[in-house]
Amino acid sequence: MELIVGGGIVGLSVAWRLSRAGRPVTVVDPAPASGASHAAAGMLAPVSEVTYTEEPLLRLGVASLRRWPSFAAELAADAGLPPGALAPSPAPSGGRSPAASGAPSHGGPGALSHGGPGAPSYGLDFRADGTLDVAFGTDDLAALDELAAFMGKLGLPVERLTGRECRRLEPMLAPSVRGGLLAPGDAWVDPRRVTSALLTALERRGVPVVRARVSRLLRASGGSGDGAVVGVELDDAAGGGAVPAEIQADGVVLAAGVWSAELAGVPVRPVKGQIMRLRSAEPLLSRCVRGVVHGTPVYLVPRGDGELVVGATQEEMGFDTRVTAGGVYELLRDARELVPGVTELEVAEVVAGLRPGTPDNLPLIGPSGTPGLTLATGHHRGGVLLAPLTAALLQGEEPELAALCAPARHHPASGSGGPCASRGPAAPPYDETSGSKEMG
Amino acid sequence: MDDLIIAGEKFSSRLIMGTGGAPSLEVLDQALAASGTELTTVAMRRLDPSARGSVLDVLRGRGIKVLPNTAGCFTAGEAVLTARLAREALGTNWVKLEVIADERTLLPDPIETFDAAERLVADGFVVLPYIGDDPALARRLEQAGCAAVMPLGAPIGSGLGIRNPHNIELIVEAAGVPVILDAGIGTASDAALAMELGCDAVLLATAVTRAQRPDLMAAAMRGAVQAGRLARQAGRIPRRRYAEASSPMTP
Repeated sequence: MELIVGGGIVGLSVAWRLSRAGRPVTVVDPAPASGASHAAAGMLAPVSEVTYTEEPLLRLGVASLRRWPSFAAELAADAGLPPGALAPSPAPSGGRSPAASGAPSHGGPGALSHGGPGAPSYGLDFRADGTLDVAFGTDDLAALDELAAFMGKLGLPVERLTGRECRRLEPMLAPSVRGGLLAPGDAWVDPRRVTSALLTALERRGVPVVRARVSRLLRASGGSGDGAVVGVELDDAAGGGAVPAEIQADGVVLAAGVWSAELAGVPVRPVKGQIMRLRSAEPLLSRCVRGVVHGTPVYLVPRGDGELVVGATQEEMGFDTRVTAGGVYELLRDARELVPGVTELEVAEVVAGLRPGTPDNLPLIGPSGTPGLTLATGHHRGGVLLAPLTAALLQGEEPELAALCAPARHHPASGSGGPCASRGPAAPPYDETSGSKEMG
Repeated sequence: MDDLIIAGEKFSSRLIMGTGGAPSLEVLDQALAASGTELTTVAMRRLDPSARGSVLDVLRGRGIKVLPNTAGCFTAGEAVLTARLAREALGTNWVKLEVIADERTLLPDPIETFDAAERLVADGFVVLPYIGDDPALARRLEQAGCAAVMPLGAPIGSGLGIRNPHNIELIVEAAGVPVILDAGIGTASDAALAMELGCDAVLLATAVTRAQRPDLMAAAMRGAVQAGRLARQAGRIPRRRYAEASSPMTP
């Protein structure tokens, strides 16, 4: 049996795909789908997010976006969502009461079953209607032109639009919009609906999801105590032996996001993001809209049920998930600059999540270097986008892309002399679990 | 090249880097390495200094001295508070004082900056204030006990170069503390010009971090700062209206 540590969108996707391939798997997570996946906006926008120096990330994103339609269709079928539920169905009028979307709840399994009886079905709310990147001033326009040239050089399909063309596509945009860049192939999905469907699919396949915190990885007793990973030790915080003390496994896949660092010493750090969910009776936008306001990027993601997601801050605050006045202010200030009408919407929720950032912004996927331990973490801002590809890479597909994500690139032994190799005592040694526990 | 000395501390590099705008920590790390910098400024707002794997670890890994800054502060009160938190967290009494007047231009607020500088100097800080290219203010800040002055070439992130070289020269002429050209550098020739004008060092971030190849641009800046310093020391020839044959009229 293979044990997936971490029940976010990455861990659940890996577990589901492995299970579909006929492999016995178990997932362990104290509160599945309550971390970064719960906060994420779900933009599947590798093209509109491309920046200099990040072509490898773009390649991963484009490859994973290509997988999303079939991934979503198979997931919808496996989770028993009604046929045609992949895209949002036209909402019956009056079916959008806030109550139907469920009160925001942080991480309890109850929060995962979206909607109730009678709620309109939006399936996974997967939509591929493109991203519109807009510019206001002359400076922003020049930056947009540079971006368009860069995208053109990379062979990415984008369309340069005038301000009026932008507003014809999205009439709620501010009149001050001077121009835009349409990435027609970009898509988005509701990550909460995806994780909910993944949990349902796993349940239907009989995959156990153990709700417990992993306190450490178990190592086989070798001569030096640094043998293969053979399972995990669980923290029975609730007491009373409700969970087993440990789970033994043939292999462990670490998909614990920012918590991967403390379990295996991998170079992953929390990058805090505050994100806001607004709600309206009628959707204000028909596609994702991005822009740069005062040098800070902001995006708006419309959901089929009238929710509008505004994101997101990027802060290096360690394990801090407090929502701050400055974060809320900046999100609203920037969103209002793009779409003045947002001020009339109901504030449904503001949360902060922790993105698992790596030194080069690329995920860590593949063999860890320690026998028995495979990594599927460090997805930073791209966990939702890269989940289908991550699962595929772990099944041996697309070896060329897997090489980009190989955890070995951060090993000191690789001699690349990268930042992790030279960090000194501030960063933990890569394999922190050495000698941590021997099995009797 | 001769050493740069700020508050008694020696630096063999005259290029001070900022970290803002880097797409990833690895790209930043490579750019810092290529720049040869020994002093780099880090915004303390929205940064937990105790968090592992952050930008501070990148600097520590390279043995680069951290110069905390108060970017994002609008009042002297906020700036003083941020400087104190940074001193406590990082164990350094150095601070790049930055109090901005508005979000659109990010120009420094001279009154709040002076107020904060006075208070921080009295509190034992080594203060390096970011200011407009104002010779009078630069002089007053030096008199108030600042360890250096950091006039802008142009607004932060604008890449417009040095808009008023004459004022920078006036500041340099009068200054008894190091003058560090801060903000506005767009490309290598801007950095070289700053040094030719007599600045003691150049601080830049965006020109490198948002370049298509940050490591290459960092190397270019390193060379430009060195070239500009050497040219300043060598002494440029006077400008003439007409040609003057350099050979073979003279031996």
